This record gives sequence, C-alpha cells and structure tokens, in this order.
Amino acid sequence: MVDIHFVRKSMIEEQEPPAATTGVAGWIRENLFSSPLNAVLSILSIGFIVYVLSALLPWAISPTWAATSLGECREILAGHEGACWGVIRERWLQLLFGFYPKELYWRVVLDFALLIVAVAPVLFTGLPRKMLYFSAIYPFLMPWLLWGGSVWNPIAAALGFVLGYFAHKLAKPALGGLAAVILAFVVPIIWWMVLSGPVVDALGSVLPLAMETVQSRNFGGFMLSITIGVVAIAISLPIGILLALGRQSNLFIVRSLSVGFIEFIRGVPLITLLFVASTLLNIFMPPGTDFDIILRVIIMVTLFASAYMAEVVRGGLAALPKGQYEAADALGLDFWMSQRLIIMPQALKISIPGIVSTFIGVFKDTTLVSIIGLLDPIGLSTSIRADQAWNGVVWELYGFIALMFFIFCFSMSRYSMFLERKLQTGHR
Amino acid sequence: MSENAVERQVDRSQMEVSDKVAIQITHMNKWYGSFHVLRDINLSVNEGERIVIAGPSGSGKSTLIRCINRLEEHQAGEIIVDGTELSSDLKNIDKIRSEVGMVFQHFNLFPHLTILENCTLAPIWVRKIPRKEAEETAMHFLEKVKIPEQALKYPGQLSGGQQQRVAIARSLCMMPRIMLFDEPTSALDPEMIKEVLETMIQLAEEGMTMLCVTHEMGFAKQVANRVIFMDQGQIVEQNEPNEFFNNPQHERTKLFLSQILGH
Repeated sequence: MVDIHFVRKSMIEEQEPPAATTGVAGWIRENLFSSPLNAVLSILSIGFIVYVLSALLPWAISPTWAATSLGECREILAGHEGACWGVIRERWLQLLFGFYPKELYWRVVLDFALLIVAVAPVLFTGLPRKMLYFSAIYPFLMPWLLWGGSVWNPIAAALGFVLGYFAHKLAKPALGGLAAVILAFVVPIIWWMVLSGPVVDALGSVLPLAMETVQSRNFGGFMLSITIGVVAIAISLPIGILLALGRQSNLFIVRSLSVGFIEFIRGVPLITLLFVASTLLNIFMPPGTDFDIILRVIIMVTLFASAYMAEVVRGGLAALPKGQYEAADALGLDFWMSQRLIIMPQALKISIPGIVSTFIGVFKDTTLVSIIGLLDPIGLSTSIRADQAWNGVVWELYGFIALMFFIFCFSMSRYSMFLERKLQTGHR
Repeated sequence: MSENAVERQVDRSQMEVSDKVAIQITHMNKWYGSFHVLRDINLSVNEGERIVIAGPSGSGKSTLIRCINRLEEHQAGEIIVDGTELSSDLKNIDKIRSEVGMVFQHFNLFPHLTILENCTLAPIWVRKIPRKEAEETAMHFLEKVKIPEQALKYPGQLSGGQQQRVAIARSLCMMPRIMLFDEPTSALDPEMIKEVLETMIQLAEEGMTMLCVTHEMGFAKQVANRVIFMDQGQIVEQNEPNEFFNNPQHERTKLFLSQILGH
C-alpha cells in the first residue's frame, strides 16, 4: 500500500529565483539562447549586424563636415572610402525649406510648431479640451502663414463655415431638416465662389493687413512633404469614413458612387493622378485661372488616401458584431448617433494599425511629387547633384532624407501603438 | 432545456393585466427573400401582460419579437405599439424603440464603454436627460439588478450573468413601457441563469409588460400569464400556463412539451 499521508510541519519562506534566470544574464538566456535553433539564429544575426556596421561605420564616420565640394571631400579622405558630409552641412536648410525665402523661414518653423500645438489635444486626450479651439482655428492659420497674403483671406474662408453653421441653425426651425442641410452647403459655397473675393479686396483696401506672399514654386524640401502629408492625412480620414459608410449604405446610388470612386482611385497609380493634377486639370479650367499646383496635388493625394482609408475603415466595420448595431437601434439611437457613439469608436479602434499604415504610406508617397517637378526632398537631391560642386554625391543625401522620413514615420508608428494600448478595454 | 425555478414565492400583488392594449399585431406576415418566416400573426398584448413565447428553433419566435421594435421589417399586416403604427417612417420607429426595451441573447453591451456609460448613453442622447440625472437613474437600476459596484468596469470584466443584468438595467434606464427578451438566458452557464431570471421575475412583479422568448419553462410557469407556442412561423397554440403545460391541445405542442419536459 502506498502511504499517502502527509502533513506539512513548517511553511516554506519565499526565496530568490536562481541567479541565471534574472537580470541581464537571465534576459539573454531567455531571449537569445533559449534553444539550439534560437542560439544559432542569435549568433548568425549578431554576426551579420557586426559585419554591416563594420562596413558602414568607417564610411559614415568621416571628417568631411567642413568640405564645400565633392573634390574637397576626396582631398580630405585622401583615397580612403568615406562619406562626404559637407553637402548636408551646406544644403540641409534647403532640404528642409526648399527655395522658401531665407528671411521668412520663421514662418514655416512657427507654422509647424503651431501644428504640434494644434494636433496635440487631438492625439492626447489628457490635455486640456480648450486647446481644441486652437485646433479648429489652425487649418485657416496654416495656409496663411505658409503662403502669406492678406489676413482677410483666412478670415473669409473661416467665415464660410460660420455662415454655413448659421444657415443651418436658422433654417432648421423654419424650413425643416433637409432644407437646412442643403442651405448649410449652398450658402458657404456661394460665399466662397462669389462674394468672398470682392469682400476680401474691399477689406484689404480699407485695412491692408498682409504678409509677404510666397509663391508655391518656392516651396520645397520637407516642409512641402509635411504640408502635403499632413493635409492629406487630416482630410482623408473623415472622407474615408464617409466613403466606408457609403459603401455599406442601403441607398443604391450612394453605394454605387462610393464603390465606383473607391475602386477607380485604387485602380489607378498615384503618379497618374498626379500627372492629371499637374497637366490635365489645366485643360478643364477656364483659361487664365490660376489653380495652385500644390493645392491640386494635395487634392489628388487626399482623394487617393481617402479611397484606401475607406477600405481600412470598412474592414473595421465588418469586424463588429451585428449585435452592436442592433443594440444601438433597439435603444432608439438614430443612424448618426449610433455611428458616432457606438460603431465608429469601435471600428476605428480595430482599424488603428491599418489607418496608421495608410498615414505612413501617404506621407512617404508625397515624394512622388518630384516626378511632376515639385521640389520635395527627392526632387531637391537631384537638383543639388546638378550643382558642379556636389555632382556624384548620392548616399549622403538619400541617407539624410531617409533618416528624416524614418523619424516621422517611426513616431507615427509608435503613436499608433500607444493609442492601441490606451484604448485597450480588452476583453471583447 | 432546464427547469430553473427560482426558489421563492413570486409576489403577484402588482401583476395586474390592464385592459389597455400595449401591442396590437394583425395579419402580420414576413418573408426573408422568398422564405415565409412569419405567417398571419395575430396577437394582442395588454399592458401588464407577461407573455412567454416558446417553440422549436427556426419557428420564428425571435423574428416575431424583433418585428415589434423593427429590428426586422414586416412586409404585410399591421403592428401597433402603444398607439403608434410601425411603418417605414423613421420618426415612428425611433419613438417606438425608445419606449420598447430589448434584451438580447448575447447581451450586446458596448465593450468600449463602462457599465455606467452603457446605461446612460441612450438616456443622454435620445431622451436628452442631463448627465447627472441619467447617472443617478443608471445607478438606481444597477442597484436593482444588484451590481452597482461594477459601474465603472468594462463589460469584458464581468461574467455573463452580470453582463445580462447590466443589459437589462441599460434597457430599463430608458424607462420603457414594454420589455422584449430574446432568449436572455440561452448563452449563460446554469448558475448564472438563475440570477438573470430572478431579475426578470422582479421586473414582472413590478407590473412590466414583458414578451420573453425563452426555453425556461420554470419561468413561464412562475411568472407568465400567457404562453404562446410557435412552429413554422405561426402561432400554433396559446393559453394560460397551467392549461398550456397540463392540457396541451395541438399535436405539435404535445410533442414539444414531451420533449422538453419529458426527461
């Protein structure tokens, strides 16, 4: 017979885990050498990293910061392999600002500093909600700071939205919901198309408050990429949401238009759209109209991003259980309320990785504008190399550009992970 | 099929059936494509009635109560809820939905909102009640379903039974005149079924008009004043519970009862 009787005489005190399983040694054991395969992979990977760095670092650490031409770099290096960093020192401002007038750089810097202030309360809900008022003003401030011109322009643009709001508010009790919505669109459009121009001119002649105008052709470098990228990102999300809803709509016309738009845009390369923006659009415009090239590009990039965004959001919508819609309906929430309060918060949360991927893609795609002659960083690098002094410098320029893009894209990626963690109410 | 009876005497003092009609369904028909799911349904529900709808799966019982708040659209006939006819008029639909509460098999709580927010959302946005007042009402009903201490948690942190009780509280916060229950206990563990049934009995004791699609025959015997048996999209038999269980008339009803009560 087996003796199964046991009574504990004394309780065991808590003890330290074995030294080999904690601290640095423990981490290395667990993460790098947990199995023979893992050990082999670790050693091979470390070997590869060492090999790459041993080739890269001697090249990158190169005493050519002060050089003023590629020739000078070669003299300094005296036959050794090495990077020619002089080009970055001499041209970094150009890579950031393009041909924007030097004395007006402050406007760009201020603009992007304010961009951070405007975006912060949207990104981080912990910040005071009052900051959102500034976020609402910023879209009008931003183009004025960048392009300059009369202060009445942004005010007139903003006034259009105010007019639309009041048109809706006043018309709703008098004419009913649908008429109010139509008026809310029509009134601002009439204002922008017909009235705002003369009014701005009149106000400008009475009170000529204006900043020096900067032409679009002087825009370039990262400020151009960021301008196009930020506007396209900010506008493509709401348009994408509307398109995704349109694609799911029960209304045949709305659904067909949404599907048609999405499939057409996704079926056409961005470059084609950009060529349309740069050349073809002018043909349709009445002769003499000056429709800003950057604005045209922004519109095309935005439409392009919206189509992708719509599909990403649709994926999120499809992942929601039908019960969520039913519960919202059963409580008496109307369509827009249930979208805003129940469906979208969940669908967008599910789609965060896809949305941010699209954002990153859009931002990187802004480099394609170099093909239609805008001087984004890639376009500038070509023109810098056209300079006699730097003819032949390739890696340094592209390396710098890559680094700048990496910083922006990596920040977006990290933010997306932060957001996913924050919204994790887990346990669906 | 279980006979989960709650071990206490049900207080019938408040359970009065008034002669005011709450729901009037006449010659209602519904098709899914060419499939005839509901066939000539005629049903009149008075205020204060507790009706249990039973029947095999696919008999159309869920579809029937989902037609009452227009989660499903009927194609022929008439449904009048609280004097308002259900038509494609969105205003009528929203009005009826805010007066008819519904509890689902899978709870359908909003996972991104806390329990309290789940309960206050519709009162604040649909009824336009001030937040503070809505929160007080919500806490009142959460206390009633015995989980006020969970108010700040998220649905995912609660057990199934607790979630279903929250779902009931969420519906009650809209002060509905009628409650629809669509198999409220079918997705629950046996232990949790009782806590949900207890909540439903409590509600019945207070005189709520209730339509319950359920397989809980114990609940039907204890609480219902009428049992409706459905098969193949039609009402096959209805009677008061004693008669229904002890003296079924239709062959299909007898077969059904022998299967669910026989063992």
